[in-house]
Amino acid sequence: MTTIDLNNYDVPGRSRGILDVIRWRYLLRLLVRKGTSTRYRNSALGWTWSYVKPLIQFFIYFLVMGFIFGQRDNVENFPLYMFSGFITVQFFNEAFGNATTAVVGNKALVRKIYLPRELFPIAAIINAFIHFLPQLAILLVVAIFYGWRPGFTEIGSVLAGLALIALISFGLGLLFAGLNVRFRDAENFAEVIRQLATWASPVLYTWQLIPDKMGSFFGHLYMCNPITIAVEFMHYGFWAETVPRYSETHQGGWIGFPPHFGLYALVAVVISVILVVIGQLVFRRAERTFAQDL
Amino acid sequence: MSDTIIQTSETTPAIIVDHVTKSFLKRNSHSMKEAFVGWTKGKKVRADQFHALDDVSFQIGEGESVAVLGFNGSGKSTTLKMVSGVMQPDKGRVFTKGRVAGLIEVGAGFHPDLSGRENVYLNAAILGMSKEQIDARFDDIVEFSEIGDFIEQEVKHYSSGMFMRLAFAVAIHVDLDVLLVDEVLAVGDEAFRKKCSDKLKELAAEGVTMLIVSHSMGMVQDLCSRGIVIHEHKVLFDGPIAEAVQVIRTTPH
Repeated sequence: MTTIDLNNYDVPGRSRGILDVIRWRYLLRLLVRKGTSTRYRNSALGWTWSYVKPLIQFFIYFLVMGFIFGQRDNVENFPLYMFSGFITVQFFNEAFGNATTAVVGNKALVRKIYLPRELFPIAAIINAFIHFLPQLAILLVVAIFYGWRPGFTEIGSVLAGLALIALISFGLGLLFAGLNVRFRDAENFAEVIRQLATWASPVLYTWQLIPDKMGSFFGHLYMCNPITIAVEFMHYGFWAETVPRYSETHQGGWIGFPPHFGLYALVAVVISVILVVIGQLVFRRAERTFAQDL
Repeated sequence: MSDTIIQTSETTPAIIVDHVTKSFLKRNSHSMKEAFVGWTKGKKVRADQFHALDDVSFQIGEGESVAVLGFNGSGKSTTLKMVSGVMQPDKGRVFTKGRVAGLIEVGAGFHPDLSGRENVYLNAAILGMSKEQIDARFDDIVEFSEIGDFIEQEVKHYSSGMFMRLAFAVAIHVDLDVLLVDEVLAVGDEAFRKKCSDKLKELAAEGVTMLIVSHSMGMVQDLCSRGIVIHEHKVLFDGPIAEAVQVIRTTPH
């Protein structure tokens, strides 16, 4: 009678979560490539859609907010102000939305073969970023048109904003992707969050309106929203440099970062990191029953 | 549950399935509304437990070829999914040694809009191969699949036979120590089936451990030396393949 030394054995299906993704980076690359190369398959215009769709949406918002509500007179270089915030939220919406449906969308694979399932939401977010690049290109053109000459702080600010969006969509994406397998309600709830995102951050208006009209409590709450922080980073990076500082004669100029911005930014980062941790925990908990729930 | 497992196979086991129980929920209501309506009518709303596997234990020694036999719904595929890690057991433990890959997933990772070449890379990577390994084996894979020039075509234009042949060719060229095969050898025509079973025999001769689920008695008798009969979610018989086949033939359905 021999006993077996179990130290030489692996337990099938036991993963190390996000860390495993590093070992599977080649597959991650292929999954991302699959996403980009099949995105506009069978469409004549292809990637043109990535430019056309946000532009159309932008013009609608611009007409309504800029002309009808007169934001054009309140904010100098309003198109640039709006577009830099708008594509930031678009990036979040795309990344978060794709990640939420990533596991369910790869049903065939998840049910039949074991691989670190975190790969799917991560690939979805990277794909969203690639899809964001054409919009960023448009923004660059618009910004240069307005005489944008960035320095290191502007570039750093843009990178910080995008990193924050990536982090928050990753945390929320993992959380919702895990829940969505058993409860498709998650998909619909995510849709609600995405609809709110444009309005719950200073995209179509300036942040001063929130504490002014809604009081300081909502003002604080509003400023702790990581998307608000990211949008303000983008405004600083692309817009603030092209307009004069706020003054009597320049009411539409840049008024400066909101008070306590550094603290709010810190809170936003902490919230995002906590969301990533919660997202990973929930995802791993849900992962055990993925194959039977799909 | 003790912390040590007594070895039952002749050689060091490559797969250990130790007192594994798996149950699924058979849901009686599918939404809160349905649950409420059912509750007012006095129907059963809570989910039932349904045992797919009940205290199943076996060990497969390194280099052994073993068939898992049983009627439809007896829990064969669930067993394989536990070994591959797709599902986790509710009770008991599963261990494997070395690289495990399965023909269970033939074609699961194929994307119809990608070309044959892109799909080969994607699927081989899904099965755990690196870029260098795939580059080195690519020609062998295409040759084995007999796809020829169609490799640059989108997979959606393939015939179902071509599709399965390519998927099979990818799976069979993965580096592995343990191969799980789930009822996939009904692939292609007679000649290709022969080629597949020859390839499986070749792998077995190289010392690859195999666990095969099949309803084809001829094939398992040809490939395996041992058979495990799972009947009504329990192990009914575990022994030489000829006797296992006899057991399954005499067991009432």
